[in-house]
Amino acid sequence: MTCQDHKDSMMAYLDNELSDEQKRAFEAHLASCPSCAAEMEAFKKLKRITEGVALVEPEDRLWQQYWGGVYNRIERGIGWVVFSVAGILLLIYGGFTAIEKVIDDPSVSVLLKAGLLALLAGLAILFVSVIRERLYFWSRDRYKDVRR
Amino acid sequence: MASLCDEKAVAAWEACGSPRRAFEAIVNKHMQDAYYIALGLVGNREDALELSQEAFYRAYKHFDQLKDAKKFFPWFYQILRNLCFSHLRKRRVRRAGSLDEMDGEPPDMRMGDCFDPEMIAERNEAKDRVWKAISQLDEKHREVIVLRHFRTLSYDEMAKVLFCNRGTVTSRLYYARKRLKDILDRESGSSDVASDDEELRKGGQS
Repeated sequence: MTCQDHKDSMMAYLDNELSDEQKRAFEAHLASCPSCAAEMEAFKKLKRITEGVALVEPEDRLWQQYWGGVYNRIERGIGWVVFSVAGILLLIYGGFTAIEKVIDDPSVSVLLKAGLLALLAGLAILFVSVIRERLYFWSRDRYKDVRR
Repeated sequence: MASLCDEKAVAAWEACGSPRRAFEAIVNKHMQDAYYIALGLVGNREDALELSQEAFYRAYKHFDQLKDAKKFFPWFYQILRNLCFSHLRKRRVRRAGSLDEMDGEPPDMRMGDCFDPEMIAERNEAKDRVWKAISQLDEKHREVIVLRHFRTLSYDEMAKVLFCNRGTVTSRLYYARKRLKDILDRESGSSDVASDDEELRKGGQS
């Protein structure tokens, strides 16, 4: 085995992730290779330094209130969905009522009524087209069943 | 580090009509890991709390996409790390923008990601240097250092969480530590990290 092969064992040795047999083989290599032994020593020092750095423990209050923070997000998320759906429904209803009134009003010119109907027909075609495209790509998506 | 397997909690989720309680159990089990990992990645307590809670919210929203109960934490970790790294990138862009406004010169990207050692770790000069050095590592190197040193994940657990094999974990750790050592050497102006080691030991005793 070359020194390059032993580089992989170096980290596992440092972190005590080698089996006894692998450990003995690596220690034998260290004894015969001053360059790897020097590198190993430098890594040991680095590990001591990083192990000396500990994260500050937050107050217990943070853990007690943690789920509350997550729950608030879930609740607000549901709130936004309900609000958006209601907003869209009201907008559609208001739009249709307004258009209905315009169409029924004999004082409004035929040209404006035809324009409004064309606008509605265009929106409906766009909507159907987008839905059809989505369904087409979803049915052919090779990754939709990839397990996560 | 809590066990990576959540079969019981996920089964409870699937069995009960209202899954809120089951998800609460999952959150309580993993909140410390999530918070500390985020803290190690972004280096700021408020952001770590926000990002880890947001990751749980997104996990709740997309829970139907999790098809293997054993893989809850690796799946959740991907959400968390993506949120943290996207947050860091936005922060870097914002900082670059504000520096450009100030003097028109490009920012020094080697400065790291605004880690605030006072807020995240017990400190002395050597520990601050370590945090600064960690903040200068690139994303994939920083995450292996955080997972190994601050959450003490085994190589097998790291491989599960990072969706790679043990060999890749070993190799990433090797290059991450090598880079960390180079940065510390460069910052302290010495050829090895022995002086920091001494200082740290003194700091630990005080």
